[in-house]
Amino acid sequence: MADALLEIKDLSKRFGGVVASDAIALAVPQGELHAIIGPNGAGKTTLISQLAGEIAPDAGHIRFAGRDITGLPIFRRSQLGLARSFQITSLFLDFTVLDNVALAVQAHAGHSFRFWRDARSQSELRTPARVALARVGLAGRADVVVSNLSHGEHRQLEIAMALATTPRMLLLDEPMAGMGPDESARMVKTLRELKRELTILLIEHDMEAVFALADRITVLVYGRIIASGTPEAIRANAEVRQAYLGEQEQRHG
Amino acid sequence: MSGRLSPRNAFVAGVIAILALVPVYAEATGNTFMVSLFTRIVILAIAAVSLNLIMGFGGMVSFGHAVYLGIGGYAVGILAKEGIDSGLLQWPLALAASALFALAVGALCLRTRGVYFIMITLAFAQMVYYVAIGLDRYGGDDGMTIYKRSQFGGLIDLSNKMAFYYLCLALLLATIYIVWRLVHSRFGMVIQGARSNERRMRAIGFPTYRYKLLCFVCAGMLCGLAGALLANHTDFISPALMHWTRSGDLIVMAVLGGMGTVFGPVIGAVALLVLEELLSGITEYWQIILGPLFLLVVLFARGGIDGLLSGVRRG
Repeated sequence: MADALLEIKDLSKRFGGVVASDAIALAVPQGELHAIIGPNGAGKTTLISQLAGEIAPDAGHIRFAGRDITGLPIFRRSQLGLARSFQITSLFLDFTVLDNVALAVQAHAGHSFRFWRDARSQSELRTPARVALARVGLAGRADVVVSNLSHGEHRQLEIAMALATTPRMLLLDEPMAGMGPDESARMVKTLRELKRELTILLIEHDMEAVFALADRITVLVYGRIIASGTPEAIRANAEVRQAYLGEQEQRHG
Repeated sequence: MSGRLSPRNAFVAGVIAILALVPVYAEATGNTFMVSLFTRIVILAIAAVSLNLIMGFGGMVSFGHAVYLGIGGYAVGILAKEGIDSGLLQWPLALAASALFALAVGALCLRTRGVYFIMITLAFAQMVYYVAIGLDRYGGDDGMTIYKRSQFGGLIDLSNKMAFYYLCLALLLATIYIVWRLVHSRFGMVIQGARSNERRMRAIGFPTYRYKLLCFVCAGMLCGLAGALLANHTDFISPALMHWTRSGDLIVMAVLGGMGTVFGPVIGAVALLVLEELLSGITEYWQIILGPLFLLVVLFARGGIDGLLSGVRRG
């Protein structure tokens, strides 16, 4: 575990009487696509928010790329190469698609105390942005204002923006939420390509996608890890089936 | 903002042309009051453009922006009273004092959001307002006459009304150009991104606070310049320079003209002050007419007058 890119130790967070994270310990080695599943309210998004730095944990430590990032502000974590996408789409709605991604590129192209040159004419921002858009299949939509995109395109843009920050690790919070089957399939394809070069922590409710993509899966219930292992091991785990998968199967009939 | 001769760009060019020709017209008709009115309009347009930098582009609605008119004005007035009448000292001091004040206030205000931001900026502005009332040596509540305008050696004579008007107009155009460059630069993209979605800005790696703070300081300085001009224009300073209703006027100018573009507030300043002048000639209760007019613009033209012309929201 010494070479884990992301290492979480005894991470705990409560909101009043609700335990959102209960002594979570997890290590994600370089290159792994690690999925976190669990019923609604299991604390998945809270976990990602703590990793990204939006919520401070009550106890525990987070190490990323060999350094303790538990106390670092959000933008510093992003600069270290930890990129997140949001479950509820969080974009610059009044900007064009390309402007959105170019801003993400700009965030990692040195400081922005540059006051004179037109940012929209700078190829060092626009070109990488177009590359990121092409990777998620949005190249043709570059000049559309984001509020005019479909929901599925918003999700793709979320990924493109995370990519444009040239991260070492992606934290993806339900990238397929609310997508139709076609859009989901395209997203799975995109993630499969990204997986080759990036470490990914994925929260997702689409079990088909999770089992198709994940190298390892961790199951979170009431803020506690009840199982962690390969997809086969998780599928076979009785406790998981009872706590989560069974419940899903029943719900879907 | 495209380079094409769209109806909107033609309108902007028209407004600038009219502003440039005001003294010529006044000279021809002997209507000197007009130069005085338009000097005031141009100066307040500088203030409105500076407010719009933080409000329209940065999403920071400051309800105390007129405080910089006061700080700039008092910097000129106080130095004049103490016998220092060189503009080369007065004006840089006006800018520096405005910048310092904006830095201190911004450092605190920018930790808050929304209504709290509005209220705190208002509170700080009112604080300075009452300090000015307490300055007995400099006129206190009644204000103080400035007997000598800022001196610039043989460079320019500010007591020449024409020269002063054209100086103000040149400074307005310079302000517009500077703000235009700013908002389209990398710095400006950060400011606009923070208006649009600050949470996301931090998530992609921007320390937004320091950019917003610098933007706040820039806006304060530009408005401080307007304050120095205003003191020279009226040859008078008083706490009324920075009364909160004047901060409100500046907001109205920006909203009326259009917050989405750099030039919008200029249109707003011209529209508001000309209307005020015309309507107050018709009736004592001119605000009864102006109020509903403003309401209509807010309700039906979200991009202000400028937005009506261009049909798009941001340029």
